[in-house]
Amino acid sequence: MNILEFSLLVWMGSFTAGFIGALTGLGGGVVIVPLLTSIFGVDIRYAIGASLVSVIATSLGAASTYIKKGFANVRLGMLLEVATTIGAIVGALIATFVSVKALSIVLAIVLIYSAYLSQRPKLEHPQSQSSDSLASYFKLNSSYPTPEGLMSYQVHSLPVGFGVMWVAGVISGLLGIGSGAFKVLAMDQVMRIPFKVSTTTSNFTIGVTAAASAGVYLARGYIDPGLSMPVMLGILPGAFLGARVLLGAKTQILRIVFSVVLLLMALKMVYTSLAGGF
Amino acid sequence: MDKFDSSVRRGLPKAYEVAPNSNINIKTTSDLQLEHLLSNLLKYGVIMASAVVLFGGILYLIRHGGEPANYHVFQGTPLEFCSPISVLKAALSGSSRGIIQLGLILLTAVPILRVVISLLAFLVLQNFSYVMVTSLVLVALMYSLVGGH
Repeated sequence: MNILEFSLLVWMGSFTAGFIGALTGLGGGVVIVPLLTSIFGVDIRYAIGASLVSVIATSLGAASTYIKKGFANVRLGMLLEVATTIGAIVGALIATFVSVKALSIVLAIVLIYSAYLSQRPKLEHPQSQSSDSLASYFKLNSSYPTPEGLMSYQVHSLPVGFGVMWVAGVISGLLGIGSGAFKVLAMDQVMRIPFKVSTTTSNFTIGVTAAASAGVYLARGYIDPGLSMPVMLGILPGAFLGARVLLGAKTQILRIVFSVVLLLMALKMVYTSLAGGF
Repeated sequence: MDKFDSSVRRGLPKAYEVAPNSNINIKTTSDLQLEHLLSNLLKYGVIMASAVVLFGGILYLIRHGGEPANYHVFQGTPLEFCSPISVLKAALSGSSRGIIQLGLILLTAVPILRVVISLLAFLVLQNFSYVMVTSLVLVALMYSLVGGH
């Protein structure tokens, strides 16, 4: 296969990954690494590098819209970035000395976990009035627009949320993905902030988190321009379009299909790793 | 990219109506100004970086499109594309891969610039706990770019 054909195929694959990633809310990064490795036979290190830069691009594009609409909590995002950037550097440094086999297995676990998370029902959390003193100190309690008007919310358990965000940062640095699933877990389940705020704030932090590991990856030669170009230029318009398409009830079916695809890719990665080849 | 639900897609009114809820946390004008600035920075940053990558990409496909693709074996990207300064040199000398890589570095610079602008804004607002927070993030980012080598 020559470079032109390869680039076109990778572009189409990335466009689809970005589109479905945005529709289902799982993000394109978690799909692009297994797509490049299992279908295109790309070495996982090049795949991680290409995925990472694409994740920065989609995060920036989406965050711009979310901030304007008033969903993302910019202060909370900036505070949590302390945890995610430090985690991302740790993850990127670990990635440069663990084996490709270990990376594949960690990725498979993250894929299975993401598939599981995407199936969980999304509930807006009932607001309790107890307030976290740290959250008040950092002025994190804010409000966001809803169809009924502006709604207030409070941030809980900041230290635990901070810890989970650090782990999300490590995974992001290790695998070159946004690890939005883990970030939403930290904000949704631990800090108990509204779903709309947690997903958008998570997106806001992904750009900086990925930039933190990008420096390490660039220096180690993981970011290849010839591969990253079609991946980035594919995921970005795909995600842009995916965010604007209304699917309504069909989203649920799509989520299930997407989870099955993730599971199959995870199983294939485990199989190839255990079978010795890659 | 994360979840977009139907209300996000439908678009909300520009001026937020305040719900009949007395105890509400309303964003201050300076918060809103900073948000507006950051939102535009992210939008134009990503458009500019993508344009550079696209330009380099077209050149790359014209010049090297017929060569065989080989990403099966990891050799590491050539050293000239592994540090911001050498990438700039390669791009200025007309290398198509150098131009793509320059676009990718510009892209990485956008979130870093976002942190720098936030830091300056918090300094002006004399919000010192957030000056600390953004400084810590900036130190981590600088370590990654400089110490990663």
